[in-house]
Amino acid sequence: MEAFLSSLVSVAFHGAAYGMILYVISVGLSVTMGLMGFVNLAHGVFAMAGGYILIAAMDRFGVSYPLGLALAFVLVAAGSVVLERLLYSRLYTAGELAQVLFTIGLIFIAVATARLLFGTLQLLVPLPDYLKGQFGLLGRDFPAFRVFLIAFSAVMVGILWYGVERTRWGAMVRAAVDNGPMAQSIGINTRRLFTITFALGSGLAGLGGALGAEILTVQPTYPFEHLVYFLIVVAVGGLGSLRGPFFAALLIGVTDTACKYWVPQFGAFFIYVATIAILLWRPAGLFGRQG
Amino acid sequence: MRFAGLVNKLLVGAALLCAATASAQTIKIGVINTYSGPFATLGDLIDKGFKLYMKQNAAKLPPGVKIELVIRDAGGPNPDKAKQLAQELIVRDKIQILTGVVFTPNAMAIAPLTQEAKLPFFIMNAGTSVITTRSPYIARFSFTLWQSTYPLGAWASRKYKTAYIAVSDFAPGHDSEAGFERGFTEGGGKIVGKVRIPLANPDFVPFMQRAKDARPDVVFSFIPAGRQATQIMKAYGDLGLGKAGVKFIGPGDITTDEELPNMGDLALGVITMHHYSAAATRPANKAFIAAWKKEYGEKSWPSFMSVGAWDAMDAIYYVIREQKGRIDPDRTMALVKQYKNPNSPRGPIAIDPATRDIIQNEYMREVRKVGGQLANVEFETFAQVKDPWKELQKK
Amino acid sequence: MIRRASYGEPARIGWLEWLPWAAALAVFFALPEYVPLGARILVYILFALSLDLILGYAGIITLGHTAFFGLGAYVAGILGAKLGVTDPLLQMAAAAAAAALLGVATGAVILRTRGLTLLMLTLAITAILLEIANKATALTGGADGLSGISVTPILGQFRFDMFGKTAYLYCLLVLFAGWWIVRRIIYSPFGASLVGIRENVVRMHAIGSPAYARLIAVYTISATIAGCAGALLTQTNQFVGLNVLSFEFAGELLVMLVLGGVGRIYGAFVGPLVYMIAQDQLAKQFPEYWYFGIGLLLVAVVLFARGGLLGIADRVVSKFRGERR
Repeated sequence: MEAFLSSLVSVAFHGAAYGMILYVISVGLSVTMGLMGFVNLAHGVFAMAGGYILIAAMDRFGVSYPLGLALAFVLVAAGSVVLERLLYSRLYTAGELAQVLFTIGLIFIAVATARLLFGTLQLLVPLPDYLKGQFGLLGRDFPAFRVFLIAFSAVMVGILWYGVERTRWGAMVRAAVDNGPMAQSIGINTRRLFTITFALGSGLAGLGGALGAEILTVQPTYPFEHLVYFLIVVAVGGLGSLRGPFFAALLIGVTDTACKYWVPQFGAFFIYVATIAILLWRPAGLFGRQG
Repeated sequence: MRFAGLVNKLLVGAALLCAATASAQTIKIGVINTYSGPFATLGDLIDKGFKLYMKQNAAKLPPGVKIELVIRDAGGPNPDKAKQLAQELIVRDKIQILTGVVFTPNAMAIAPLTQEAKLPFFIMNAGTSVITTRSPYIARFSFTLWQSTYPLGAWASRKYKTAYIAVSDFAPGHDSEAGFERGFTEGGGKIVGKVRIPLANPDFVPFMQRAKDARPDVVFSFIPAGRQATQIMKAYGDLGLGKAGVKFIGPGDITTDEELPNMGDLALGVITMHHYSAAATRPANKAFIAAWKKEYGEKSWPSFMSVGAWDAMDAIYYVIREQKGRIDPDRTMALVKQYKNPNSPRGPIAIDPATRDIIQNEYMREVRKVGGQLANVEFETFAQVKDPWKELQKK
Repeated sequence: MIRRASYGEPARIGWLEWLPWAAALAVFFALPEYVPLGARILVYILFALSLDLILGYAGIITLGHTAFFGLGAYVAGILGAKLGVTDPLLQMAAAAAAAALLGVATGAVILRTRGLTLLMLTLAITAILLEIANKATALTGGADGLSGISVTPILGQFRFDMFGKTAYLYCLLVLFAGWWIVRRIIYSPFGASLVGIRENVVRMHAIGSPAYARLIAVYTISATIAGCAGALLTQTNQFVGLNVLSFEFAGELLVMLVLGGVGRIYGAFVGPLVYMIAQDQLAKQFPEYWYFGIGLLLVAVVLFARGGLLGIADRVVSKFRGERR
């Protein structure tokens, strides 16, 4: 019994860490897809870029870990604005097929670029000593880094929710998600709103990619390998929602960890089955508006 | 077609070219290796291994004979691609000997072709026992996982009572699991749990957490050599398994010489069984390391894969020499069955004529600090081990 | 004359349409070294053709078409390696039947949805198959791949040789049959109704066309053809690896089709041909640059040349004609 409880704690803890990372990476995708209806399969590219920026900044320029995280956020956000203005914006009205193809093209380019710049190895983040080792809590040892990861992500989520629920910018975003044309007609500059939101979402993905480099290892095929999970978080959670993806991400994180822990022979099987079941039951996701 | 329009031709060694006479006879050797993807370092170590051999031993070829390498990249464990490349090398490039191959799945996919084409295939790495039984034209110069894990299991059963097994979910992992389990349980040990980890796996922590929660005396693990091994070592450290008194052991893949610096002090005390350590003090190995460092820099270390490549190339030179440059497939295989080298960097080796698999010493090693650097220090030798799996099959 | 093939256009097979087949035969005799590559190209053409039918004509956007290809490949492979069914035509029939079943079963469930949900469902179904193939090692070989597949000579006469000659002609015949069927469908009223559904499903409902049933029908047909293509790959390679079900492969297939041109039959011929030859010639030494180029190409096609290579050819031809007039 004690052994079972202890394994339950293990699964919940590691599942939460994984789920938090998935959420920080995917939430931007959910909001931008909800805002513009743009099928952006290349979202994982931003997360990967964040991971590489952190590692390169620390390895090559001797930047400290916190500053590296900040850089990952800022640089990815800035880069995404350029991409959005130059390329994405041409395809808002182009239909899903064009968007799917275009973003797959971006993935191919990003994968190749990552290989050329960083080689094909999985890179490891040189963690600072204060995040290594174990952290004692309620008579158990937890890996210190994952404790930090959960706490830090929780703070990020808190700030994000406050921003969307309580600020003027958040109100505009919510209005635009609910009804874009109407929001525009009452004077909200949805175009600019979208660019800002896109940058913020991509920046978060970059931050998530950097933070989660231990769990989702940083290597060139990253955008392909983890795309399915990011998309599942968004589709299952519901487009344009903040809360939906949060529960979806935790659900996936805990289920995935539980499967690895108890029934590794089934792999990710249950996650995909659950995804299909949820989408058939509620095609617009758990928290999406059913059309 | 042999001389015309071949785009990806690679001629090796300017020195070789200069030495060749006008009536030079060219032997085409196909190399299927891994140069891209997450396992590119492994391919690089092999590449450096056989190229170093060729550079050092150019004089060992008969006069007028030169070697043309046709090098292809399978990009990791990618059997489809490997098979396709092998077919092209046979049909289009008309190679006479095939070598290379890091991964078992790739070797397994290629095996039937070598039989149909009567193409001698000298494996530089892939270590699943069954491979050499798939075609009479295969000979192996690396190792089998049974060779290290079976004796390791027997050794461990004398020191520990319970073990947990965590291996990569592909053929070499299955072999390691079976080899260790057999050796360990025959010696009276008990397996308290096992897990197979997906080959393309992002996160080892949940698997190691489970191993820790099972409270074994020792965790046995096989993970493809390279970065993955470093990651599982990190998971072992982060979760505090060492602090909880759980030892970590496995075949040498989990503490390869070139990854040790990345692992740091976490790896101290890890015990492995393997056929090669760069830290070995045999004269042949010292000379090999010196040549390597001269060629590739003071910081560079060869691994067991480099030695596999080195020895396979030595065997290729041997069959070419014995046949005076005219390669006949069946004669080549007959010759290679007689192949012996008492002075390989890894110690004395030979090819078992019955199985075309390698016979070599296996060494127990422990990770210790030598002159401020981590190294696999050999402390016990199991002499001239034949592949136990094939020996057990015979019984 | 390169025209967007559809109902209403003259359905007679023009002389230009015989040209690819003549060229394929010419390659067989003139370039024996390239026959194994040729056989692979033929397989991908058949696969791309099946995708064109649902994507280009019926407008079903899927990222999971490899599910059917992979299923076909594994069914043929498991029959040959584990169950002792070594006749190639029997293997092919079984692969086609399995793919058709999966097509009708999943189609009935997922084709009611649209957009991101549909995309996700196709992706998740393929991911499940991949997971099964990865884990059911006793049957599929898992990450090691499925080897030791025996295939007896076709009709007891033609052995699959190492040089790929039998395989090439066999693939060519199957492709011809697939092409003929797809062509018949496209030029039929059924084909016209698919285009109608793609363009405006509400209006199709209004004129009493059973859109959902027709989508299931075409989805199943397409799945069947993809299954056959998968079986072909197994038989020519005598090996099946996990990557037949991978997302990257689905992406590559899309690239091939889009490169040739979507919704115009011969786009599915031109795309894989150009892609595979370019890959064969360019990608061996520089795989990094290769994928960079592919990505760039895809972005460029989407931004500037939606019709793909054939679309560009169309424009050139019409411009040329316009000037002469």
